[in-house]
Amino acid sequence: MKVKYFAWVRERIGISEEMVEPPAGVRTVDDLIGWLSTRGETYAYAFEKPKVIRAAIDHTHVKPDAMISGAREIAFFPPMTGG
Amino acid sequence: MTAAATIRIQEADFDIAQEIAALTKGRSDVGAVVTFSGICRGDENGEPIAALTLEHYPGMAEAEIKRHTDEAMSRWPLTGLTVVHRVGRITPGENIVLVLAASQHRQAAFQAAEFLMDYLKANAPFWKREESQKGTSWIEARGHDDAAAARWTKS
Repeated sequence: MKVKYFAWVRERIGISEEMVEPPAGVRTVDDLIGWLSTRGETYAYAFEKPKVIRAAIDHTHVKPDAMISGAREIAFFPPMTGG
Repeated sequence: MTAAATIRIQEADFDIAQEIAALTKGRSDVGAVVTFSGICRGDENGEPIAALTLEHYPGMAEAEIKRHTDEAMSRWPLTGLTVVHRVGRITPGENIVLVLAASQHRQAAFQAAEFLMDYLKANAPFWKREESQKGTSWIEARGHDDAAAARWTKS
């Protein structure tokens, strides 16, 4: 699946998007954050406060316990400041 | 059935009079147009800023705004709705966002415009970065925007 990063999440990790293949045990958005955090220091830094991170699956806001199976695109970003 | 909303995300500035004219031209049923325009202030938290840069999530930003204009259209009798959100680098005094709501009578237009702005603030995937003498930093979301959006939830 494709993962996209925005704002300071993107800056901390250093890339704006990538394709990932999480292992079978990674089922929810929260699981995915945990798994991504193990990929390196930049990821751990971006996700050091998981409660602050917001997520969207296929362009729709989701909660941390949302299932990721079937998702084409998952995005992680800080709370929004538009408008 | 009401018309479809106009939703645009763009770097260029918008012309408010032109956008209002688009909602009223050739119609005799529009009795009210409410305009909200959001403007870049010259300071943030008491500190002067040189500019804001707005980042957004292409695809989701349009989809999320459309979800909210669809809801506004279903909750209030509107003849038209326009949302224009700028992205990119914006300096103090410049326009950032425009919400126009048109209806036969004023109550629907006032309420729809406020509803849309409250929801845009809370849910639309845009992020502001400020430039000041201290450097650049991401503006933090404030809890009261979520509270403002929550008060529109139908019970």
